[in-house]
Amino acid sequence: MLRLETCHIQNGAFTVQADLQIKPGSKVAIIGPSGAGKSTLIEAIAGFLPLTQGRILWRDRDLSAMAPGKRPVAMLFQDGNLFPHLTVAQNAGLGLRANLHLSPQEQAQVQHALERVGLGDLAELTPAALSGGQQSRVALARVLLQRRDLLLLDEPFAALGPALKAEMLDLVAEIAAETHATVLMVSHDPQDARRIADQAILVADGKAHAPLATAEVLDNPPPALKAYLG
Amino acid sequence: MARRAQPISALPGAGAALLVAALIFGTLAAVALRAEAGRGFGSSDWAALRFTLIQAVLSATLSVALAIGLARALARRRFFGRSVLIALLGAPFILPVIVAILGLLAVFGRAGWVSQALGVFGFEPLQIYGLHGVVLAHVFFNLPLATRLILQGWQEIPAERFRLAAQLNAGPRAIWQLLEAPMLMRVVPGALAVVFAICLSSFAVALTLGGGPRATTIELAIYQAFRFDFDLGRAALLSAVQLVLTGLAAFVALRVSAADGVGAGLDRALRRWDGDSSLARGLDVFWILSAALFLMLPLAAVVSSGVSGLFLLKANVWMAAITSVMVSALSTLVLLLLALPMAAAVALGRSAMIEVAGILGLAASPLVIGTGLFVVIYPFADPFALALPVTALVNAVMALPFALRILVPRAREVTARYGKLSLSLDMAGWPFLWQVFLPRMRPQIGFAAGLAAALSMGDLGVITLFADPEVATLPLQIYRLMGAYQMQAAAGAALLLLALSMGVFWILDRGGRWHAEA
Repeated sequence: MLRLETCHIQNGAFTVQADLQIKPGSKVAIIGPSGAGKSTLIEAIAGFLPLTQGRILWRDRDLSAMAPGKRPVAMLFQDGNLFPHLTVAQNAGLGLRANLHLSPQEQAQVQHALERVGLGDLAELTPAALSGGQQSRVALARVLLQRRDLLLLDEPFAALGPALKAEMLDLVAEIAAETHATVLMVSHDPQDARRIADQAILVADGKAHAPLATAEVLDNPPPALKAYLG
Repeated sequence: MARRAQPISALPGAGAALLVAALIFGTLAAVALRAEAGRGFGSSDWAALRFTLIQAVLSATLSVALAIGLARALARRRFFGRSVLIALLGAPFILPVIVAILGLLAVFGRAGWVSQALGVFGFEPLQIYGLHGVVLAHVFFNLPLATRLILQGWQEIPAERFRLAAQLNAGPRAIWQLLEAPMLMRVVPGALAVVFAICLSSFAVALTLGGGPRATTIELAIYQAFRFDFDLGRAALLSAVQLVLTGLAAFVALRVSAADGVGAGLDRALRRWDGDSSLARGLDVFWILSAALFLMLPLAAVVSSGVSGLFLLKANVWMAAITSVMVSALSTLVLLLLALPMAAAVALGRSAMIEVAGILGLAASPLVIGTGLFVVIYPFADPFALALPVTALVNAVMALPFALRILVPRAREVTARYGKLSLSLDMAGWPFLWQVFLPRMRPQIGFAAGLAAALSMGDLGVITLFADPEVATLPLQIYRLMGAYQMQAAAGAALLLLALSMGVFWILDRGGRWHAEA
């Protein structure tokens, strides 16, 4: 269980409150008006924003005081998920070792992950030589290697076209299934939420509400969400 | 979590800043303690103070006045070689002072080209030593800097304004009143203050072209008190005065100057619709040609007389060259060890004090630090034996403000862009430093290292305090050759120094950008 116990998250001037639980293995969309605090919520779970109150627990372990890299969390950001001066293989390899001193066995693991996302023969290129979709695949190969319990997505595919975005979301679902990860995904597009998320958390007016079934939330939206969806 | 997580520690940067502050204030305190109270300021000290201020005011006024005309001409003309000329305006920054002095002597000296030309018409040769020689050299060094500062002001006037002015059929007078005069009111005070502050702490120029009771700057007086009279008390008193002076000037310069003249995009030519009259054209051509001649003739003189001088170089000049390369390498290493942690700490927004420590080098005088280090070292060891490391250290501290200006913006960008990603990949600490920070900073590191290496290579400052006859850097060796009237050999050595300074800059700057990904 991922438990957010009476959390107050401070982000500059405004605060987001959250008191909710998420079942392991579920795929949760975080939806709501822009500026309501969707990214704030996800960044607190990842460890980039401090809690002024409450705590965050994963399988009864308190994460609140842990550094971002020590948490059981893999995260994809809106942009800048790759280092432009490192090769595709190195970018993915960071998921295994931060200092990139990889054993031959680990290198084979990296190659395997790249093949899994369909980039087996591009390992030695740098990101500049790849398309947007291929860059996303490199980041997903790294997620595969990280093997973390929680996968947080802060709209990493927002810049891709609709078809490519759908393809990536399906790949995320497959990877999550293979690694048994729990997925939290920020989205402003209800279609994305319906596509892979079984549950949805509504963030509005400085509060993150408990997760509900995605279809239910979107078909009978509460007033705050209704105003946003139009 | 009380604090936001950071990918890299700010502690080493704070330590480096503390070290720099301790060096600058510690040496100052050491000097101040030696200054004997009640001795007061002698008449020659007053003369030095007066001369320092007069030459700095004259140099700043002349440099900026000429720069306005040149910058205006550059701003509104497009011609072949324009971007090369503008790039060359940045070169005096890494040009060794002693090389420029030799060049100026070859052009404007008693036996120089201009004097020879005057002689043909029966005029007296020029006299370069004294106030006007010092001012001439300062204008040579600072006209390009002032031009870049003012040109930046011109480039920052939005193109739309010029389009609007053209649409309104505004003549040159109207454009001057509407656009150019207000911009100059904003930019010129800063340029004046910067050049004034630089000229205040002039040492090598005054050492070679000044001297005597009527043309001695305070820096030169410190050197003389120290070197000729070994009067530490007087050196200390003068040091204190110098520090107040440069501190005030640097403070004012930082306050009133917005631009730094190192900005990119200066070679971009704005589309202009004014200044089409033949008078305006002729005037601009005159400005650009005479500035190009003034700046390039001395260098051409060094090269042309240096080539034959190269064959006259004795072993001691080559030894001095090797010494200079080693001092420069050590100085660059020290600079990077100080500047990189400080840049990282500033980028993390840890403390404004670190930035202040970085700027201290602008206000500090190398000769004061040198004197202070001598006082501190003297009871424990032979300061003359430490001449080279001390020179390297002082050079590094002097280059620090410039290095930070280059490194900090990029460090901010790198930590902002890759900080979170690195943290989420558990790369905080060494992995971030080696895999992200240093590779992403490489072009800026190369540029800063190149500047530091060239500055140290050409420096003729602290080394004059400490050197014994056995040891010399190349600039000092050139100065000695000049003192012995071996001008041919001096020119050869100057050409060697010029090649070394430009060479290390080029290698390090290129090395930084070699295969660097965008």
